[in-house]
Amino acid sequence: MEIAWAEFTPVASFAGGAMIGLAALFLMLFSGRVMGMSGILSGLLVKRPDWAWRLAFVIGVIVGPFLFMGLTGAPVERQAVISGPLLYVAAFLVGLGTAVGSGCTSGHGICGLSRFSLRSLAAVMAFMVSAVITVALIRFLG
Amino acid sequence: MLMIITALSAGAIFGAGLALAGMLNPAKVVGFLDIFGMWDPSLGLVMAGGILVNATGHYFVMKRHRPVFNTRFELPTSNHIDRPLLTGSAIFGISWGLAGYCPGPVVASLLLQPADMLPFLVTLLAGAFAGRWLRS
Repeated sequence: MEIAWAEFTPVASFAGGAMIGLAALFLMLFSGRVMGMSGILSGLLVKRPDWAWRLAFVIGVIVGPFLFMGLTGAPVERQAVISGPLLYVAAFLVGLGTAVGSGCTSGHGICGLSRFSLRSLAAVMAFMVSAVITVALIRFLG
Repeated sequence: MLMIITALSAGAIFGAGLALAGMLNPAKVVGFLDIFGMWDPSLGLVMAGGILVNATGHYFVMKRHRPVFNTRFELPTSNHIDRPLLTGSAIFGISWGLAGYCPGPVVASLLLQPADMLPFLVTLLAGAFAGRWLRS
């Protein structure tokens, strides 16, 4: 293992993480809901009485990066790792996997681990291990 | 109405936090997962910052009987580690490693790069629909 020091952004990443934690805390304190992106999204796929706050949350998330750019004057850096059909295979699997596994990086990772949920810990370990193996396989085979 | 304002604000803080953290850059996400190559530990600090703030706050929030604008805390009740949880999460991990996108950043990137991210989100939702059907 080599550390990519040139890429390492400890202060911004820690501060951004703290904001994500704050958002989750805010939603729990005021609305009593778990801030899980996959759950909030998939709740919009079925007819439910609580669609309005879900949609409001989604709109907030879409607007958020523009607030960041407006307040800091910094651009949002983005660099894709794959494109074409494979990108959409991944998109389908993100939706499928998080629906079957009842959560993603925000729901299990930020919220579940903060409640010391063993179920979320198992989920986080499962997706971390499989993601690391996937990246390693691409590195060694590709 | 208060629930909607809360959700909108929480969403905006989440989206801005994702941008600041570097989570909207798939190459950076994959750099964190690439522990056998050039490893970028940044996203570990995203996790640490998020859990530190949320876990500390959660402890105090749970001392309340109910949320400020709602009748009860709607927390997951299951603590059962079952096969769908592990298989689903492992499948999600494969796609996360492949493309560097988890659901939050997909939504947050929607208007940053709509030509790619709009079809990505629609495909993700199709996958979620299939997942719900598989589970039922």
